[in-house]
Amino acid sequence: MDRIDLLIDVVLVLMVIGMVMNLGGLLLWVERKASAILQDRIGANRASILGKLPINLGIVNTLVADPIKLFTKEDFIPPGADKLLHTLAPIVAVVPALITMLVVPFGDIIVIGGREIELQAARLDVGILYILAMVSLGVYGIVLAGWSSNNRWALLGGIRASAQMISYEIAMGLALIGAVLTYGTMDLQEIARAQSGMLFGVLPNWGIFYQPLAFLIFLTAGIAESKRAPFDLPEAEPELISGYFTEYSGAKQAVFMLVDFLESIIVAGLITTLFFGGWQVPLLDRTGIQFPWGGGIPLPSLVVTLMQVGAFTGKVFFFCWLQIMIRWTLPRFRYDQLMILGWKILLPAALLNVLITALAVLISESLK
Amino acid sequence: MDAITFTVLSVLMVASAIRVVLNRSPVYSALSLVMLMSLLAVYFLYLDAHMVGVLQIIVYAGAVMVLFLFVIMLLNLQDSIQDYRQEKLWTMGILCATLFGELWFFFGRAGGESSAQHAVPEGFGTVISLSQKLFTDYLLPFEITSLLLLVAVVGAVVLAKR
Repeated sequence: MDRIDLLIDVVLVLMVIGMVMNLGGLLLWVERKASAILQDRIGANRASILGKLPINLGIVNTLVADPIKLFTKEDFIPPGADKLLHTLAPIVAVVPALITMLVVPFGDIIVIGGREIELQAARLDVGILYILAMVSLGVYGIVLAGWSSNNRWALLGGIRASAQMISYEIAMGLALIGAVLTYGTMDLQEIARAQSGMLFGVLPNWGIFYQPLAFLIFLTAGIAESKRAPFDLPEAEPELISGYFTEYSGAKQAVFMLVDFLESIIVAGLITTLFFGGWQVPLLDRTGIQFPWGGGIPLPSLVVTLMQVGAFTGKVFFFCWLQIMIRWTLPRFRYDQLMILGWKILLPAALLNVLITALAVLISESLK
Repeated sequence: MDAITFTVLSVLMVASAIRVVLNRSPVYSALSLVMLMSLLAVYFLYLDAHMVGVLQIIVYAGAVMVLFLFVIMLLNLQDSIQDYRQEKLWTMGILCATLFGELWFFFGRAGGESSAQHAVPEGFGTVISLSQKLFTDYLLPFEITSLLLLVAVVGAVVLAKR
């Protein structure tokens, strides 16, 4: 029995990590295409493997061409760099990003052979705190990359990144407190379950209708945490070349790019789970579709599970796409604007949100 | 926690603690301290204290040490070989050994009974059980600690305004 449990855990963990990495690779291509469409270009539309393949395979070809190109390039460590930390930095950056999604549920219970399996790789009682811990560990890779390169631009990028991430972590954490107060738990699966049913019979019972301010703060702080435009000051190319990964090439640079995409997937996954019902599909429960006016369509449990996982993936994909749209629409902030937004707007707004939510929870508890 | 895990974790922790003191480069020292904090968090996780373990990572490995590293890089501290005086290390070592000996003298021998295996109570280390303790039995120390932190923040702002 123990061995089967272990096997299930391993399979779930590998599934989540595989899903996240594949989505990251896919986003690289989506980003190139989306930016091209936004800027009225065609974008990457052809690639020939080894220069010999006569046929153009379209999506598949451009999808694998970028990673193959990056991973086969020369890996260069500058002579003045700290060799150990220069090599370690991309690994330190990618590990927290890869394991954060483990606590995010991607479906309800699935029953295989009489065994109930939660579609969540790690059911943690402290789920939200775990995410904050992993996010705060993500700073190290960036800072170490900036420092170990022994390059002024890289160092400036690393320092900017750490100042920015520390500043926005606070607003992010306080926005999460709003959600925790609403649902009274830090377990993400419980939070996703609490969002079933309908609100006033018309709206899905999603967190966004309880915590709209927290959603906006979390989205902003999340984009800032993933260091993407308009918050990409750590790698601002007109001033800092590429900031903290100026001195990186080949596979290590690819890893830093992957971390960027992984972070936007994490932000999308968390927004989905906390504010948009996670794997919940409106009107769908474990037995099938239930209409609010009575009646319904019964569905087999496998179909229900597939629909839930599909809904989760779709929502995550939508928010990844939204972040890409924001990235290619808004210009970069100035550094003082960034700090003012973080400390003077988002932080007080998040504190206000916590206060209002706490009052609302108190009042609704006393009314019961 | 079984003996192998305990030994491996403890050896790693002591090794990284020694690295903190003996490293010439401030950045490597700070990184060893990060490693030490993370290993301490693993200890807590093994002891079923999930919340404390994760908080350990957030507060120490995630916040405090990032600021340390930030300052080290901002001031661009170089490897400070000349500042290292052997006698300084010796004095510190003797002081630490004395302190450790005192701790062992007062608490170590009394630990025979309490080190026996206790069954972990239901819900131990969860958010709810910890916060219930924090807001009932330990409310006063908890509030006083938060006041202390507030004083530190106000003090930092006052000093920065000068």
